[in-house]
Amino acid sequence: MSLSAQDIERIAHLARIRVTPDEVGQVQAKLEGIFKLIDDMQSVNTKGVEPMSHGLDMVLRLRDDAVTEKNDRENLQRNAPQAAEGYFLVPKVIE
Amino acid sequence: MSWNTFATVAETKAALEAKQVSAVELAKHYLDRAAQLNPGLNAYITLNPEKTLSEALSTDNKRSKGEVAPLLGVPIAHKDIYLIDGWRTTCGSKMLENFVAPYTSTVVKYMADAGMVTLGKLNMDEFAMGSSNETSFFGPVKNPWDTSRVPGGSSGGSAAAVAAGLAPASTGTDTGGSIRQPAMFCNLTGLKPTYGICSRYGIIAFASSLDQAGPFAQTAEDCALLLNAMAGFDPRDATSLDRAKEDYTRDLAKPLKGLRIGLPKEFFGEGNEPGVLKAVEAALDVYRKLGATTVEITLPNVKYSVPAYYVVAPAEASSNLSRFDGARFGHRAKEYDDIVDMYKRSRAEGFGAEVKRRILIGTYVLSHGYYDAYYLQAGKLRRLIAEDFKKAYEVCDVVMGPTAPEPSFQFGAKADDPVKMYLNDIYTICANLTGQPAMSHPCGVDENGLHVGMQIIGNYLDEARMLNVAHQYQLATDWHKKHPNI
Repeated sequence: MSLSAQDIERIAHLARIRVTPDEVGQVQAKLEGIFKLIDDMQSVNTKGVEPMSHGLDMVLRLRDDAVTEKNDRENLQRNAPQAAEGYFLVPKVIE
Repeated sequence: MSWNTFATVAETKAALEAKQVSAVELAKHYLDRAAQLNPGLNAYITLNPEKTLSEALSTDNKRSKGEVAPLLGVPIAHKDIYLIDGWRTTCGSKMLENFVAPYTSTVVKYMADAGMVTLGKLNMDEFAMGSSNETSFFGPVKNPWDTSRVPGGSSGGSAAAVAAGLAPASTGTDTGGSIRQPAMFCNLTGLKPTYGICSRYGIIAFASSLDQAGPFAQTAEDCALLLNAMAGFDPRDATSLDRAKEDYTRDLAKPLKGLRIGLPKEFFGEGNEPGVLKAVEAALDVYRKLGATTVEITLPNVKYSVPAYYVVAPAEASSNLSRFDGARFGHRAKEYDDIVDMYKRSRAEGFGAEVKRRILIGTYVLSHGYYDAYYLQAGKLRRLIAEDFKKAYEVCDVVMGPTAPEPSFQFGAKADDPVKMYLNDIYTICANLTGQPAMSHPCGVDENGLHVGMQIIGNYLDEARMLNVAHQYQLATDWHKKHPNI
């Protein structure tokens, strides 16, 4: 598989990571190497195989619909880059 | 007070119970040793002597009041991926350089309930992505056996701290080999339990279907004592196994007569450095002398482990790491045009090159039109690999082979070639994809004196047997008793 510079720019935008024009070539070369490794698995015939995400094939539990957590907003917001009056501050989103 | 800095957890526990040493004395000993040696080794990112000593004092007070707990007063150092309330928790990243955890992970809480005292937070590859500790924002950890070499990764600080006697034991996490490979590189015993045995709550997520917590120690017996404390059901982790507590030390003393060891031919091929194979073969001879038999097995799909892993792990990482957006916690860029630019610049500045690469791979394989070809195909390969192991367990009880194809390498040897670095995990990754328990124990050195590890992979929930196997080997050998001269 080959990745174009446009592919890299598109993925970087989807991932919300700034990749400068100078960096694109370098990123492209490294990712192509990794995809070459990954593409080894494409040849395996897996028709009819059930995909697995958990070795013991467990079923996710449901919990009771009950209030279990206390309001810990002040403590949890202590790491915020910018917060005021219980809100996280970000650049204006809606004009 | 003179204290043997290489005392095992079992010995430390016994000395505390016999009141030959106090928890405060132990904490001071390891903190002093860290103050002296950590500037050279870079194993710890954060030490907080005030907190450590106050925890130690409180366990001494408990003991004097007659309270008991299995590991009361025994010091432990934690990988800096575990949240501990009030401790800076960086995950080896600039993104979390100043992040102070607002709550405590379940594993650390369970260990504190067992009486353990936190010594500090250990260096690691950034977001646990790496096999050499060279991706840490806080600089690489040095291997205490040879400081020109890597300690392994991602739990490199966890391995180096115990190997150098800066802590009697430590915690790590293992997503593709991040406990077992550094255990080999630093001559330690390390265990990745069955997926779901240890809670993931409060452990910063990398790849949620693969991440597991586990211990590093000098012996299998210590790992059993530590796993007793770490394991247990947790309603806060949706994939935690709801089952009764077990005592992982219960089978340690069992003789190995009749044990059937499966040797996958895929693990004994040409990819291994000759010195690694030689040490592993010699260890297998010891096992045979102890009454075990060996049988050749085949795991035909195991060769797809690395490609499947480099789809699943980046895919899950790209999703998990989307929470680092510069809005709620973590690094925020100083200058930006609008909110999207704030996300992009914050993430570009906060993440290192390897983390960004994996997020980009993950984003690509999950993007529109590619899901079936990548994530779904990788999920199917996980099933085929698991079925290979299931077949193998019809003729053997445990699977063995080298933990990694080559021992510790020099700094910079693979840092510029991600694919070369990834192939170092060729034997460890399969147990994460299937969720099986796996461990590494010291089993000798190669011709350059570099340490070799024997990997033991077991069937689901078979930790007690694996620890028994490694313990019996350690009763007959002394590789695990060797320490670096520092």
